Amino acid sequence: MSDLSLSILLASVLATAAPLIIAALGETLTEKAGVINLSLDGSLLLSAMVAFMVAYESGSVTLGFAAAAATAAAIAALVGIFGIYLGQLQVAVGFALTLMCKDLAYFLGNPYSRLQGPQLISMKIPGLADIPLIGPVLFQQPLAVYLSLLLIPLVWWYLYRTGRGLELRAVGENPEAAYTRGIDPRRKQLLYTLAGGALVGIAGAAFSLGIKPGWGRPQGIEGIGWIALAIVIFGGWHPLKVALGALLFALLQVIGISAQGIWPSIPAQVFQVAPFPLMILALLVVNLLQRETIRHWLQQRPGLALLAAQLHGAPPRALGQSFKPD
Amino acid sequence: MKRHLFDTLLILTISLLFTSLLVTVVGASPADAFHHLLNGSFGSWSKFSRVLNVWIPLTLCSLGLLYAFRTGLWNIGVEGQMLLGAIGTAGVMRLGVDSASPLLFLLLALISGALLGALWALLAGWLKTRGGVHEIFAGLGLNFVAMGIILWLIFGPWKRPGIASMSGTEPFPRELWFPTLEGWRVSPFALTLAVTGILFTAWILNHSRFGLKLKAVGHNPRAVPLYGLSAQTYMLIAIVISGALAGLAGGLQVSSIYHRLIPAISSGYGYLGLLVVMLANFKLLPIPFIALFFAALNVGSIQLPMMMQLDSSLSGVIQGACVLSALLVFGLRRLKAGAKS
Repeated sequence: MSDLSLSILLASVLATAAPLIIAALGETLTEKAGVINLSLDGSLLLSAMVAFMVAYESGSVTLGFAAAAATAAAIAALVGIFGIYLGQLQVAVGFALTLMCKDLAYFLGNPYSRLQGPQLISMKIPGLADIPLIGPVLFQQPLAVYLSLLLIPLVWWYLYRTGRGLELRAVGENPEAAYTRGIDPRRKQLLYTLAGGALVGIAGAAFSLGIKPGWGRPQGIEGIGWIALAIVIFGGWHPLKVALGALLFALLQVIGISAQGIWPSIPAQVFQVAPFPLMILALLVVNLLQRETIRHWLQQRPGLALLAAQLHGAPPRALGQSFKPD
Repeated sequence: MKRHLFDTLLILTISLLFTSLLVTVVGASPADAFHHLLNGSFGSWSKFSRVLNVWIPLTLCSLGLLYAFRTGLWNIGVEGQMLLGAIGTAGVMRLGVDSASPLLFLLLALISGALLGALWALLAGWLKTRGGVHEIFAGLGLNFVAMGIILWLIFGPWKRPGIASMSGTEPFPRELWFPTLEGWRVSPFALTLAVTGILFTAWILNHSRFGLKLKAVGHNPRAVPLYGLSAQTYMLIAIVISGALAGLAGGLQVSSIYHRLIPAISSGYGYLGLLVVMLANFKLLPIPFIALFFAALNVGSIQLPMMMQLDSSLSGVIQGACVLSALLVFGLRRLKAGAKS
């Protein structure tokens, strides 16, 4: 492969991964605080539609992004209020919301189907973009790509290097203990559910205003929300590994698209579902690695054991349970 | 009883108010929308029989889900199990073309559909009990895989001679259609099957020892072993029943509705079934009625694009709004009960 096509591959992987990274990191924040927001697939679609609609009507991409973030945060607020304060099953609320928001997006977005709208402009990073060959490809990307790459260290730093991050994790691991130390777990959980939701909304806008521009039924991002949810598990609830998972997944998608050219007899739709068995396989591997017998087997193979240790990740202990102060 | 009625009316009022607001926002008249929804579903016997055609698979899926929910499992894979059921049925029906006893093949086809649906559910169950993969992700992943298999069949081995398209496989000959009565759009056989399913489930879940054990597993999955069988075995049995019923629903879609395999053969009834069961608060009795209401919304909404230039997805919005307002009402009740105690 020549240098040029390699950098094009890299550029399309970064672009494909950007919304996925943003959404998965948002969900990581939410789940680290102990709340599971299962509404991602519908949230992404509805916020993508709202972003396009607002940007189309106002001509402002920025307004589109803001409206999308507000939309998905509002959906997340429902998960939070129903799940945390009303004691309903978080997965039930999330699943009902995911189905409803999808239909809501199609219903409200109907008049905006197949229209030309404003798009996120590609931003040139001065200096770097002038590097021959790779410069124009890697450093002239939509803003969302840089945002996604910036978010990775930012979320990590927030979670593991700040006092608020420590509180966040405490609430997700042991809300009772956090409560006795004067933290209100429910308020914290609601806050990070909203924050995670807002990021999901930005991811939705990144799709309809940049990576997969426009609106229609289907938009083409149906199913991505579920993949983002799976990537959070795959990444063991650790922001760096979650981002890596999103990049890996994007790489597979890009390879899938080029594979279509190699085997034209296989319908395109088959390649589109290829990530899902891989998702199951990945989750299976992550889980099996925690088995006693397999760990024992790995101990004799230090190289593999090191790799396996990287894949290991435990969910926040209070994930999905609602805390009740007495 | 009075409280249940009050809650039901409250849930309906909240969701209808929300829907009216939404329809007003897009510049249409809510009264017109509700009129078309009602008229499009209950306006004539022909329309109502279409509603029943949706009611049958939706009820079968919801019943199946109830078994899985009893053991605490979220069988989101019901959608894919329905797709596999459709594949299993279509596969056997293809063999039955030009045979001397088409009816025999028809029955075999349904059984094969149920079996394939059960098998697909078993896979999700195994991934859960043996592999530790959460059933929501295992089921969901398998749904997409099932979709891939259907598309591959339609565009590959089972494609129509000459042209492969999204319109599906070659239609089956009339001999392989489930017999129906004069002027009926709905197959009396399928209708009987669904009603039998309801009665059977009522007996199993509420009046048999097996049903009690399922419930016990759902309340405490670590209470092993129960009467010689582990909790995990009960989970597997429950999810397999779930898959068989969903497979049957998929098989009926092929044999008595579409008479061929199409990509959208499940019509999303699996996912919709999950909403039905949630709205029923995981109880059996309300399921047939909620399924009828949801089926009417689905069929009635077909009128919306034609009569009002509205997207038919409004039905899905109403269904979702019902479930969310139900969760709100149940949640408020819980809060009130908690404050009292």
